[in-house]
Amino acid sequence: MTEKNTPLWEVFIRARNGLSHKHAGSLHAVDSEMALQAARDVYTRRGEGQSVWVVRSGDIVASDPGDKESLFEPTGSKIYRHPTFYDIPDDVGHM
Amino acid sequence: MTGPEVIDPKFQYVLRLADDQLILGQRLGEWCGHAPTLEEDLALANIGLDLLGQSRSLFTYAGEIEGKSKGTGKIRSEDDLAFLRHERDYCNALLVEQPNGDFAVTIVRQFLHAAFMTPYWSAMTASADETLAAIAAKSVKELEYHLRHCSEWMIRLGDGTAESHRRTQDALEGLWGYVSEFFEMDEVSNAMLTVGVGLDHAALRTEWDVTVNAVLERATLTRPADDWTQSGGRRGLHSEHMGHILSELQYMQRAYPGMNW
Repeated sequence: MTEKNTPLWEVFIRARNGLSHKHAGSLHAVDSEMALQAARDVYTRRGEGQSVWVVRSGDIVASDPGDKESLFEPTGSKIYRHPTFYDIPDDVGHM
Repeated sequence: MTGPEVIDPKFQYVLRLADDQLILGQRLGEWCGHAPTLEEDLALANIGLDLLGQSRSLFTYAGEIEGKSKGTGKIRSEDDLAFLRHERDYCNALLVEQPNGDFAVTIVRQFLHAAFMTPYWSAMTASADETLAAIAAKSVKELEYHLRHCSEWMIRLGDGTAESHRRTQDALEGLWGYVSEFFEMDEVSNAMLTVGVGLDHAALRTEWDVTVNAVLERATLTRPADDWTQSGGRRGLHSEHMGHILSELQYMQRAYPGMNW
């Protein structure tokens, strides 16, 4: 079994009461249908999910950890971007 | 003791179902730790566990039917029935006791089984027997997945490499003769059909052929000739494999009678 014929896939699962798919792990499969089935067999044995996404690992573009400073640090000191300066009337409730 | 004692034909009918799933589940358990990939190790185990779960419900119900019809108040438990009968009292079909062979043999065997059991359970949700209808409603969802998994593997193995194609075709040729037993009718199944509890197994062959032919075509596999057939499992007449299966299956219960985990 070579990496060329059975690529790696990342698995994301949305739980029964959840709103977003969370990364559950990875697996090898020959194509998307088998990847979906493998994800079901490997990662949803205990009723973890109601929806499964599989994505070829090679298709995921991730930010370089080395770029952390320029990508994310500047936003840490820009409090004017946070919507926290409004007085919310009581009858509006939680926002 | 030779041959199952026929009390209520429903006991026999349910026992056949239970034995099919038990023995096939047991066969799949042999793959644990030995499957070609980690993913498939889990898939085969999951399928096997589904079948064992179905067999538990069926054995429990069979014990109740037998107990009621005998009227002695003694009811054989699911464990009694699964682990303590003699070979000729098991009435599983011959297909499910065939050896795992290579991965192609296992997939073909499972595919042929799932192609039958999926429409079987689907139709049984309308059984006049409420317990069987409930078991059917749960089981049909499991079988739909078994059929999907095996169909997709059949296609990838058949329309795969020259080796995978050869192995799958060989597996088909080797197992084809055991298929007819699923569709046989006898006094037991006819009695159940008459009261609306069971199905006309022969009539299920049409849908089975459609399902199987469609997958074989996509898999570029050749449908074997319908010539040689073998049956007898339903009457307790098993292949040589059965004794070996039972010696493993029954070892713990016989070595430590009345044991509990």
